[in-house]
Amino acid sequence: MPVEIDIAKVARLARLALSEEDLDRYREQCEVVLEHAARVQALPTDGVAGTSHPLPRTNAFREDRITECLDTEEVLAQAPDRDGDFFSVPKILDEQ
Amino acid sequence: MSDLADFTVTAAAAGLRSGDFSSVELLEAVHKRAAMTEANLHAYLTIDRDGAARGAVAADSALKKGTAHGPLHGIPVALKDNMVTRGLETTASSKILSGYLPPYDGTAVTRLREGGAVIFGKTNLDEFAMGSSTENSAYGPSRNPWDPERVPGGSSGGSAAAVAAGSALVGFGSDTGGSIRQPAALCGIVGMKPTYGLVSRYGLIAFASSLDQIGPLTRTVEDSVAALEVVGGHDPADSTSYPGAVPDYRSGLKSGVAGLRVGVVAELNGAGIDPAVQAAVDQTVAQLEEAGATIVELSLPSIEYALSAYYLIAPAECSANLARFDGVRYGLRRLGENVEEMMSNTRADGFGPEVTRRILLGTYALSAGYYDAFYGQAQRVRTLIIQDFQAAYQQADVLVSPTSPTTAFKLGDRTQDPLSMYLSDVCTIPSNMSGDPAISVPIGVDADGMPIGFQVMAPALGEPVMFRVAAEVERQAGFTVRARHASSEVVT
Repeated sequence: MPVEIDIAKVARLARLALSEEDLDRYREQCEVVLEHAARVQALPTDGVAGTSHPLPRTNAFREDRITECLDTEEVLAQAPDRDGDFFSVPKILDEQ
Repeated sequence: MSDLADFTVTAAAAGLRSGDFSSVELLEAVHKRAAMTEANLHAYLTIDRDGAARGAVAADSALKKGTAHGPLHGIPVALKDNMVTRGLETTASSKILSGYLPPYDGTAVTRLREGGAVIFGKTNLDEFAMGSSTENSAYGPSRNPWDPERVPGGSSGGSAAAVAAGSALVGFGSDTGGSIRQPAALCGIVGMKPTYGLVSRYGLIAFASSLDQIGPLTRTVEDSVAALEVVGGHDPADSTSYPGAVPDYRSGLKSGVAGLRVGVVAELNGAGIDPAVQAAVDQTVAQLEEAGATIVELSLPSIEYALSAYYLIAPAECSANLARFDGVRYGLRRLGENVEEMMSNTRADGFGPEVTRRILLGTYALSAGYYDAFYGQAQRVRTLIIQDFQAAYQQADVLVSPTSPTTAFKLGDRTQDPLSMYLSDVCTIPSNMSGDPAISVPIGVDADGMPIGFQVMAPALGEPVMFRVAAEVERQAGFTVRARHASSEVVT
């Protein structure tokens, strides 16, 4: 079953700023893989529940106790940009 | 004395305890071997000279005081570079994490340190563990010690090459679709994926969370047991960690296979398997029968669809997991006019082609309008695969197949065709889908002298019977040929 992908839309959803040339190449490759993957649609699965996880576990609970956490300085030392004890990023909202 | 770099974990641990040599001497032997092989193999991204030296001195001191504990005490260990190590660069072979110094150790790493293991270095992998050849590393490929023109397999190719060549006595990797077992098969060593949840994933850089599992790469089955004993067991920091007691893996190693039922899976043997690989596998099955096992021919029809389902589920989980790499808190940042542009530029520049491809595939499979036909259907197929396995384990104690359809291929042979690369994992993916344990044991070589791996699969928490059969396979195969860079025989 041929699969057609709106690759520019998918790349935008995935936050990947790709060139037109790259988009074309990825579209072709993804379509080939998806065509193979779409074989799963040939298997009848009426009444079959999906498995999202191999272990039949729901929630894992623990005592709500205060424990040691990561060292702030060690964590922030890895930040591309910081402002005191905060991660710094370009502006998110345009000023009006 | 034979070169210490060629000792098995078990032999080295015995030598350390009896005082025949020290952990410092063992480390020196591994350094010497790495100095000889690394230019050719590129198994390592980072060798932690200072940290390993401190670890070996501490291990020797504990041995003298009699406070040594655990089967890996004083043993040089290689860690796949997607296992985070505090203060030691961890990249997952990606440009996006170049220079990243994690502020914590993963649980498996903590258990290794507490068990006295000497962390020698961080090994190369396919970027974020996505690949089957280690060619997808942003830092250049690793090579197979048996023939440097060929790939070591992947994604844990660096750990496999190091253990095969003697630049580590034991390695750790992660297995999402075969990434421990396939490189072990291609490098002529033992590679094991535990039951999902048996080893904590805390501090393993996530690729596909419902499939990822840490496991050991070793030269013998007994060494595999030793390594799993150290890292396995419940961890409150991983909510998917198995909460029960860890089984005794060791007691059945010498029990043989008399009375066991060994299932040969029709869908994973024969068609699509290289004839030399299949012939070796058939011979091993005959040896198991000779040793007293009952051979059962079985069919698991839905695993014909496992590869297709995997290439929807794994990319879907990957696209969600890798959303965290956005240039905000660590790693690479590329500037942009606003935060969204900064993130999109960072990700486009930081991820290599295979990772980009899988993020796109996964994002598509999860997007509105396609979710049910792709990801939802793949999850339902996963249920059918699990049901087929459960039915098969009613008729057999273990299931067997080749580990990889072919032996090691040449560098560049499959890089232009993603689908042909994906087919490398056709025999290993089903056990990831079901969450069951599986192991690859070397059984021989093909006409080119390249190693062949035999896979033993078992039901969840069936490690004891899996190791028991694997140990018999190892005895029957008598596989003693070592990699060309490790000229001397392994000392057991």
